[in-house]
Amino acid sequence: MSARSFPGRRILLVLYLLFALAPIYWLVHMSLRSNEAITGAFAWFPESLSLANYVGILTDPSWYDGYINSIIYVTINTVLSVAIALPAAYAFSRYSFLGDKHLFFWLLTNRMTPPAVFLLPFFQLYTALGLIDTHIAVALAHMVFNVPLAVWILEGFISGVPREIDETAYIDGYSFPRFFVRILLPLIKAGIGVTAFFCFMFSWVELLLARTLTSVDAKPIAATMTRTVSAAGMDWGTLAAAGVLTIVPGALVIYFVRRYIAKGFAMGRV
Amino acid sequence: MSVAKPVNQRAWWLVLPVLVSVAFSALIPLMTVVNYSVQDILSPSQSVFVGWEWYKEVLRDPELHSALVRQLIFSAAVLAIQIPLGIALALSMPREGWRSSLVLVLLAMPLLVPWNVVGTIWQIFARADIGLLGYVLTQMGFDYNYAQDPWDAWITVLVMDVWHWTPLVALLAFAGLRAIPEAYYQAARIDGASRWAVFRHVQLPKLRSVLMIAVLLRLMDSFMIYTEPFVLTGGGPGTATTFLSQYLTQKAVGQFDLGPAAAFSLVYFLIILLLCFVLYNFMKNVGADEQQGRSA
Repeated sequence: MSARSFPGRRILLVLYLLFALAPIYWLVHMSLRSNEAITGAFAWFPESLSLANYVGILTDPSWYDGYINSIIYVTINTVLSVAIALPAAYAFSRYSFLGDKHLFFWLLTNRMTPPAVFLLPFFQLYTALGLIDTHIAVALAHMVFNVPLAVWILEGFISGVPREIDETAYIDGYSFPRFFVRILLPLIKAGIGVTAFFCFMFSWVELLLARTLTSVDAKPIAATMTRTVSAAGMDWGTLAAAGVLTIVPGALVIYFVRRYIAKGFAMGRV
Repeated sequence: MSVAKPVNQRAWWLVLPVLVSVAFSALIPLMTVVNYSVQDILSPSQSVFVGWEWYKEVLRDPELHSALVRQLIFSAAVLAIQIPLGIALALSMPREGWRSSLVLVLLAMPLLVPWNVVGTIWQIFARADIGLLGYVLTQMGFDYNYAQDPWDAWITVLVMDVWHWTPLVALLAFAGLRAIPEAYYQAARIDGASRWAVFRHVQLPKLRSVLMIAVLLRLMDSFMIYTEPFVLTGGGPGTATTFLSQYLTQKAVGQFDLGPAAAFSLVYFLIILLLCFVLYNFMKNVGADEQQGRSA
């Protein structure tokens, strides 16, 4: 226990959490007030607890459809990204093959394209395919940055599993798919948990591509939010309430994968 | 550790779905942008091949040079703060029980806020008249105004980024720490290793691969930071927080000719690529030396 931690760790953690939660508190604070109150005067606590901003969002389909759309494409993206990244990460971790090192680094370079100019060809490509304004278009486009990330993270975790485990399993007569599902996946649960969370997170908060590829039917929540900026001024309260509501699904996801992250390495066999 | 991996060309089949799915959405847009960058596009049906012209123009642009310098300083500061802080947090986090779950959920919250909302939160949060941070700083006697003072604006964007992204480093490092088998700690305890020795010779080497991802991700993402400072400061005051993608967007928007902006994008992309490549190889070698040192 003591060998792993360092003195003052509690203090650091508490101070950091205060820093992390202060802006979140302010977001909640704003979401419970009217626009006049927000821009009017400073207050440590909201004068009165008004849920009007939340009611406005949850009763208006043009608002809550944004959440549904985002959840649909983010889920498709996360499942597909992790599913195809797992075997690839295993291959990179265990074998050498023609061009493996170049391919591994090339994957990551697809995350490095500054979006401003690249949005237009993305729009043209998905228009040509007839996929514009569908959930699958956003899910596929987001794989450009999520699949490389998933492969990189999972490769690290699979490389942490000693190779003797594979060899023992093959000697015991396991086929590759059975070894993969029965032995390897349980050993890298932590890695899969983190990877799924990151795929979810990066797809959930991405705005530029998602907005470019959709108009009505698959419009994500982050794009819906931009309409609080209008000629009449900012609708701060509604924007803040919508912001609070965008944190909720992700917080649920991390709550469900937390056990896998915290469980670590269940090395029963060694 | 350094036993060579067996050569197996059939491993390509395991990688193929990844290759296809990424190349599908990545290669065509990249080729299109390359195509724009060598042409003078007068109208959708009329364009002239200009070769390297736009690249020469972009590389000579003094405003781009100053945006690049600002960007390099910003990304260096981001890495210098977020990586050590993230590791320290990961080491501080409770490992089991409800406290661990609570800390994980609270810590991850800033990551889940859409980027335009991140800017909006800080826009109000840092205001001296109605925001918690600005109000407290002003009450403490600081002359703080991120909308007018370039230095305040720069620091605010940096602190916002630390708030937004340190949890990513912390979560990666935490999962990496959890993946260290108990036997390593037992061995260290038997050897009577100090806390620092455990960190330096057990935890840090085992964190190498997750830290490599964390460093590369933070480098490339901070290099492309756009939405948050756009909402918070709009690149100002003056050009204090005009980082590269801000400048690129200013150039691209309102110009019908995409040529120069496309050339800029590709130069920009190559700079990120080069930095990541250098850092990647550097970290790989550092890690390799460490492992040789241990087995010697």
